[in-house]
Amino acid sequence: MSKLNAEDLKRIRENAKKAISLREGEAREYSKSTYRSELLLCSSTACRASGSLEVKDTLEKELARQGLQQEIRIVETGCNGFCAQGPVMVVQPEGIFYQKLTAKDIPDLVEEHFLKGCPVERLFYKEPVSAEAIPRMHDIPFFANQHLIVLRNRGVINPESIDEYIAREGYTGLCKALLEMTPGEIIEQVKISGLRGRGGAGFPTGLKWEFAAKAAGDIRYVLCNADEGDPGAFMDRSVLEADPHAVLEGMIIAAKAVGAQKGYIYCRAEYPLALLRLDIAINKAREYGLLGEDILGSGFGFDLEVYQGAGAFVCGEETALMQSIEGKRGMPRPRPPFPANQGLWKKPTVLNNVETYANVAQIIQNGGEWYASIGTETSKGTKVFALTGAVRNIGLVEVPMGTTLRTIIFDIGGGIPKKRSFKAVQLGGPSGGCVPEAFIDTPVDYESIAKVGAIMGSGGMIVMDDKTCMVDMARFFMEFIQDESCGKCTPCREGTRRMLQILEKITHGHGEPGDIRMLEELSAFVKDSALCGLGQTGPNPVLSTLQYFRDEYEAHIYEKRCPAKRCPALIDFVVDPEKCSRCGICFKNCPVNAIEWKKKEPAWIDKAKCIQCLSCITNCPVDAIH
Amino acid sequence: MPFAQPLEIQNPDFTKEVMAQIDQVIKQYAGIPGSLIPVLTACQEIVGYLPIELQDYLSRGLNIPGSTIYGVVTFYSFFTMVPRGRHTIKICMGTACYVRGSGEILNRIQAGIDLKVGDTTKDRRYSLEAVRCLGACGLAPVVVVDDKTHGGVTPDKILDILSRYE
Ligand SMILES: Cc1cc2nc3c(=O)[nH]c(=O)nc-3n(C[C@H](O)[C@H](O)[C@H](O)COP(=O)(O)O)c2cc1C
Ligand code: FES
Repeated sequence: MSKLNAEDLKRIRENAKKAISLREGEAREYSKSTYRSELLLCSSTACRASGSLEVKDTLEKELARQGLQQEIRIVETGCNGFCAQGPVMVVQPEGIFYQKLTAKDIPDLVEEHFLKGCPVERLFYKEPVSAEAIPRMHDIPFFANQHLIVLRNRGVINPESIDEYIAREGYTGLCKALLEMTPGEIIEQVKISGLRGRGGAGFPTGLKWEFAAKAAGDIRYVLCNADEGDPGAFMDRSVLEADPHAVLEGMIIAAKAVGAQKGYIYCRAEYPLALLRLDIAINKAREYGLLGEDILGSGFGFDLEVYQGAGAFVCGEETALMQSIEGKRGMPRPRPPFPANQGLWKKPTVLNNVETYANVAQIIQNGGEWYASIGTETSKGTKVFALTGAVRNIGLVEVPMGTTLRTIIFDIGGGIPKKRSFKAVQLGGPSGGCVPEAFIDTPVDYESIAKVGAIMGSGGMIVMDDKTCMVDMARFFMEFIQDESCGKCTPCREGTRRMLQILEKITHGHGEPGDIRMLEELSAFVKDSALCGLGQTGPNPVLSTLQYFRDEYEAHIYEKRCPAKRCPALIDFVVDPEKCSRCGICFKNCPVNAIEWKKKEPAWIDKAKCIQCLSCITNCPVDAIH
Repeated sequence: MPFAQPLEIQNPDFTKEVMAQIDQVIKQYAGIPGSLIPVLTACQEIVGYLPIELQDYLSRGLNIPGSTIYGVVTFYSFFTMVPRGRHTIKICMGTACYVRGSGEILNRIQAGIDLKVGDTTKDRRYSLEAVRCLGACGLAPVVVVDDKTHGGVTPDKILDILSRYE
């Protein structure tokens, strides 16, 4: 295919629009689609792991067997967002949502739904409390309460098809930016939009671009941070898997704004599917002339490469990331000089996060004012969160800035399962903090979250129930920081090690008076003196748990007791015969047969055999083991 | 002098075919700035690990100091200098998996097949790695064996899952 101009793009869009019209909810009678139904089957990492590829194979065979392959089309989409219910499939144009599909369900499903026209109720989503089946996707609270900008194409298009992206107004923003706007006007719109970096720090994107555009030099770079190191976050993976062109389009617009000729996407090696889809997207964009020289006949040229990371959390830090692309050990360096002036290969460089770029094309297309109308005073637009942990509806959630944590966790997330209660939510991963129940009505925007001692971070949101030990969580994050500290600066290398030792001592039952004070002193010291964000924010999880759950630390240190019963060294592993309901669940779950139990008699743990795996405590319905 | 001897003689893992592939990689990247990490990634894919003699060989081929290569290999957790087992078990110790009990799964593996994180069993059947977030948090806790992602793993299921990998 030869290179496209704006007219060609329009033509492609019109044709492709017809092909996907059923998916956009157009009624069958009016649709120009040649199909009767489209089956949007999620085939991203999580659903694949739950078996979506087997489901697809069986579906294909079954549709062929019933002679329906000309009428019904299967479309493999990127992450639909409702990961824990996978594999999921949406039938359009009706919008019927099927979950937890297995290959075994398929023959029945094809016959009932597609031959007889009766959707299969047993595969619907069930409201967790009332058990009521909800057939349509847009009626499920998980979806109904979201506002999609970044994720607007998720579960709708085939991420490997550039035409489907174009059909959904893709590359419209690019046309406008390249053919109708000057670099200054692009930057102006991004500034008006109020867009702030989604990678963690929340720096205003327009301003960052302006610095780079003004920096001296004729070679400039535009980089995309797809290192997504925060453990417990998968927003960026999901965007790359579901809608890679949105990121490319944002990057090309950024390149035009700052005058860059070359870009890199730094993506972690743990994301093979994202890497593959990026590769496909870049090749397609090149083929269409949307990357390369003279894009859309505008005279502007830009090209992109993917750079695969090699497993180091600190490489998500901007200066370390650039060192890594240069082929070196990914160690941060002091700033200034800032990357906007001296970045990759010492040239002016713009680095933004995946989600930041995914907003850009729509800002240009609809105008900065439009974007600024969503969100709060200081935080505009939407934010994607990876909602995980002790919550019913695990998955990816996009909400306007300013939505409260309660809405996200209880309305969208469906609350806490297994009759347990909410304890805290962790935001911002190893650089962030936890928010306890008292502050659950805090709106998510950069400032409000910071006020309660956490950070917005990149969007990991981990819900914790009453069975989570907060001291152990602090130890967990400190171990992470310690492990990932690159060792260049002493405060981070030595300070975090010392903090970890103290936390380990406490969780192992050897805590002493003075430990808490020591942790606080070290925290203050490391925060003040570390070279990069890793160390400067590393003590946050400790500080925020100390702020809200100091009593738990004290119970560990002074009473040698772990209130949540997660620290084996502080548990006796004794069954309370009074409390024991004699159900035998612990007996059945014990992996080493260390529990003796007979019907109608309380259980008894043989400590000589016990390996302290906690399976009895985790499963005991009446909390009888201490 | 170790580099006086050809690699094939120093280490039986470097067969003629392997050497041909490595030379191909060197040829493709030599002289391109910033190409060390892609070269190492490609070589690890070919050989399975990056022993010191290979680093030495690359040093000469790419004209990059051996100390630089060693520094990069030891910095990134993706690279290994010892051979791996036939099956690599990656247990996710990311936050989402941890709060859903991946620590207990790890204990069970360590007790069940006597394998520590970072080690390989004597029969080279399994290697065990603890990784941070595989981006499949929706299925937590997650264990990846080779390329297959297992979600919703429980301590009771894990040994059974592993026994399927010969
Ligand atoms: C230790 C550390 C790790 C980081 N990891 C990431 C990451 O994985 N992804 C990301 O987008 N930003 C990460 N950042 C933030 C980046 O340094 C940088 O601020 C960001 O990519 C800029 O993009 P934005 O303005 O669009 O947010 C990290 C920062 C630090 C200090
Ligand atoms: S925390 Fe385990 S996959 Fe994300």
